[in-house]
Amino acid sequence: MLASWMTPGSFLFEAWQAREGLLAGLGVTLLSSLFSIVIATLCGIAMGVALSFGWWWLRLLARLYVDLMRGIPVLVLILFTYYGLALFGINIAAFWAGVIALGAFATAHVAENFRGAVESVPAGQMEAAKAIGLTFPRRLWYVILPQAFRRMLPPWVNTGLEIVKGTTLLSIIGVVELLLASQQVMARNYMIVDFYLLALVAYLIINFAIAQLGGLLERRFSYLRY
Amino acid sequence: MKDTPLLQARAVHKSFGEIEVLKGIDLTVRQGQVVSLIGASGSGKTTFLRCVNLLEEHDGGEILLDGDPIGYQVAGGKRRRLSETRISAQRARIGMVFQQFNLFPHLTAGENVMLGLTKVLGQGKAEARETAEHWLRRVGLAERRDHYPYQLSGGQQQRVAIARAVAMQPRLLLFDEVTSALDPELVAEVLGVMQALAESGMTMLLVSHEMLFVREVSHHVVFLDQGRIAQQGRPAEVFDNPESERLRSFLGRFHGLFGKALERS
Ligand SMILES: Nc1ncnc2c1ncn2[C@@H]1O[C@H](COP(=O)(O)OP(=O)(O)OP(=O)(O)O)[C@@H](O)[C@H]1O
Ligand SMILES: [Mg+2]
Repeated sequence: MLASWMTPGSFLFEAWQAREGLLAGLGVTLLSSLFSIVIATLCGIAMGVALSFGWWWLRLLARLYVDLMRGIPVLVLILFTYYGLALFGINIAAFWAGVIALGAFATAHVAENFRGAVESVPAGQMEAAKAIGLTFPRRLWYVILPQAFRRMLPPWVNTGLEIVKGTTLLSIIGVVELLLASQQVMARNYMIVDFYLLALVAYLIINFAIAQLGGLLERRFSYLRY
Repeated sequence: MKDTPLLQARAVHKSFGEIEVLKGIDLTVRQGQVVSLIGASGSGKTTFLRCVNLLEEHDGGEILLDGDPIGYQVAGGKRRRLSETRISAQRARIGMVFQQFNLFPHLTAGENVMLGLTKVLGQGKAEARETAEHWLRRVGLAERRDHYPYQLSGGQQQRVAIARAVAMQPRLLLFDEVTSALDPELVAEVLGVMQALAESGMTMLLVSHEMLFVREVSHHVVFLDQGRIAQQGRPAEVFDNPESERLRSFLGRFHGLFGKALERS
């Protein structure tokens, strides 16, 4: 039984043969997603602070950035970062060009979500924090952020899911992530349906895990009521 | 200087756009005094308290706390807003209790009280916990230390908010209609805590529509009318000898409700 499954030409046999390439592709997908999410979260929160609390010129700059990023197709941004910057003598490895482009794109989304979350915290919270004499960074850190974070979670999980799906676009600039790795395997064995299905299942599992993590965090904040 | 008033407002003006809400407020609060602001809705009571705590920027006159100008510095004839750090330091010397409690929902009652102690006064965790416990006991909520705000009644939340403010050992405590959002049966417990604070010598500036309480607890009552002080004095003077028709009619509304009790006291 097992023997017939493992004969050349069977799916399991071919998958086993291609395991190294596929796992490497999976690794690139996971790493590029992780880096992009970290960049987008850190830069997005910083830009969100600028959007919500910045001097007028800073708010304007942040607003311009957010609207610009939301108007550009991600693919164009990826191609620009990789090829466009090279024209100006800035050469970055395809992997990092992709990570930066995805991170820069998602930064805009995180920033906008942060602003919305901060605005949904009742004004009285900031005033109570002022009244006990907390300075601005502390008001933000100890009072506003813990409350805003809870509201940011659902859209933040969405951004994470979008980023994971967005990493497939990196294949266009030659980054061998899971999709391109799978296609390379198909080019050898022509088992197109099987390996697209395998990739599809892998993406579903990754995104399911992210959604679960988001749900877990949300339950941790369930005491946050008014 | 022993005679420096704890709080002194001189010709305080405040406008929102075109509308002048405070039209020159002169007010003195001495150490240990309880001063109450009364007046019709929209007369500027809240706005004045918020100017004192720098939640609003007054645009004329000055407010002195222990002789120091609050919020602004006048140098070379120019009036400049103080830095954010200086303003935060000044706010720490004044406590404020709000109508809507404004407890931090992600922190327990104890943590609500401790936050300012550790992050503003720089107390260690252990010391802050002890201070918080002391004040929660004083407002009768020692056993609610680990409860989150949503697990407390309105009256309990407001008492935690008072503990949070007073634990900072402010020079002055501001109260803005702190019982207005409470169910009637919860008002007494909060007023009781405020009365105990007043008797302990805390300096307080309060806005309230609880006329019986105002009359009983205040040393000085100020009637605000359309952004001006129309009459001020000892409670008996203000309540028993209203000089203006407006104050008479303002008090009349309460006489309708509590007439007997007001006349008796
Ligand atoms: N942020 C603001 N922007 C514009 N106008 C304001 C603002 N805050 C208060 N006002 C106006 O200032 C006036 C005084 O308001 P304030 O809240 O000080 O009155 P109050 O005496 O506290 O009244 P109440 O008894 O209803 O609480 C009102 O006419 C109000 O509409
Ligand atoms: Mg008011």
